Amino acid sequence: MGQAWHEIVVEVLKANEVRLIPYVPDNVLKPLIAAIHADPFFTAFTTAREEEAVGIVAGAAMAGMRGMVLMQTSGFATLANVLASLPCAFQIPVLMMVSERGTLGEFNLGQAAVWRTMRPTLEALAMEHHVITRLDECEFIVDRTIRQALMTQQPATLILSPLLTGGKAAPVKPQGAEGR
Amino acid sequence: MTPTTGQENARAREAHNAKRLYRFDCTKRLVARLRNEEAVIGGIGHSNFDLWAAEHRPQNFYMLGSMGLAVPIALGVALAQPQRKVFALEGDGSLLMQLGCLTTVATLKPANLAILILDNGSYQITGGQATPAAGGADYVAIARACGLPNAAWAADEEDFERLVDRCLSTDGPHVIGLKLDDQGPAAQTERDPPQIRDRFMRGLGVKKSKLPG
Ligand SMILES: Cc1ncc(C[n+]2csc(CCOP(=O)(O)OP(=O)(O)O)c2C)c(N)n1
Repeated sequence: MGQAWHEIVVEVLKANEVRLIPYVPDNVLKPLIAAIHADPFFTAFTTAREEEAVGIVAGAAMAGMRGMVLMQTSGFATLANVLASLPCAFQIPVLMMVSERGTLGEFNLGQAAVWRTMRPTLEALAMEHHVITRLDECEFIVDRTIRQALMTQQPATLILSPLLTGGKAAPVKPQGAEGR
Repeated sequence: MTPTTGQENARAREAHNAKRLYRFDCTKRLVARLRNEEAVIGGIGHSNFDLWAAEHRPQNFYMLGSMGLAVPIALGVALAQPQRKVFALEGDGSLLMQLGCLTTVATLKPANLAILILDNGSYQITGGQATPAAGGADYVAIARACGLPNAAWAADEEDFERLVDRCLSTDGPHVIGLKLDDQGPAAQTERDPPQIRDRFMRGLGVKKSKLPG
């Protein structure tokens, strides 16, 4: 069949000239991170904190280079202050892609608890955000969200639902769940 | 540029020998040496107040509440425009909040980036409380240990100017530590973030607009 979600994301990033990809890793993002590192179009590297990555993409955006920060839900939860005072206040199109942990089969209560803070935070910041759940909508949502952010000079967040990515499966499968 | 002598280096590396400098005076000395539209990112509070007071340039960016992000913002500018020299002015308290960024800079090695660490030992803008580094942390030594060998304390005003010239004339990344006295800032930045962003983008040649400004 067609492309995987991460192949679609790579294509849309390239089509929109989004080159700079600082990130704090996440297991679900692995194929996307690997594809980005493998492609010389991108400048990709890890940062010590997600806040730092937001600062780097904000600086680059003001200097003419587009970028997107990759992180997981727990990383997003560290960002409210810097999002409010940097991309929101200064109107800088910082793009973020969040691998959604903490829902639809989460095995870690810490992740499930922090997940509940993500949408209220995005809403309180009045930040454009979209959840991608379906492969057939992936290209449209990523492309249009990036374009709107760039044209309106606003930050935006794309959330990768486990419905799209498969999420991270429980390490211990319940009895009887196998063989079907 | 003549290479620095071993003696000068040894002198500058000693934090306890460094003269206590006046932030506004040093900021003016820095700005006076910028002739090629170098970008300058002022961190939270007093580091950007004195940059503003030293006379606004379109290539200046004055940060608001994102404490600790002066170096990351400067790194982003440096990566986007490798031909332009970029200076980050960061307070000691702010740097402590984002120390990991020094490792990122050391890994990416942007040749056009210079980091000025404004070490007054305190959170001056919130009332002068001592930072948790009062036990004796040495930021230049930390920068070196992170993988930034071109890091030195400014021994005095003259030495600071020499170090700035080195940032301008040689490949970095560079780090200059400044031991500061406890004088306050010379003025307060006008807080109008979209205007500041707009002027900065024009100053970097990224934005063209028929709107005057
Ligand atoms: C995350 C965060 N915590 C606390 C503050 C409040 N705050 C603003 S400036 C500041 C102190 C800055 O200290 P430093 O960088 O050393 O600069 P100085 O005031 O000494 O010039 C603090 C604690 C903030 N803006 N953001």
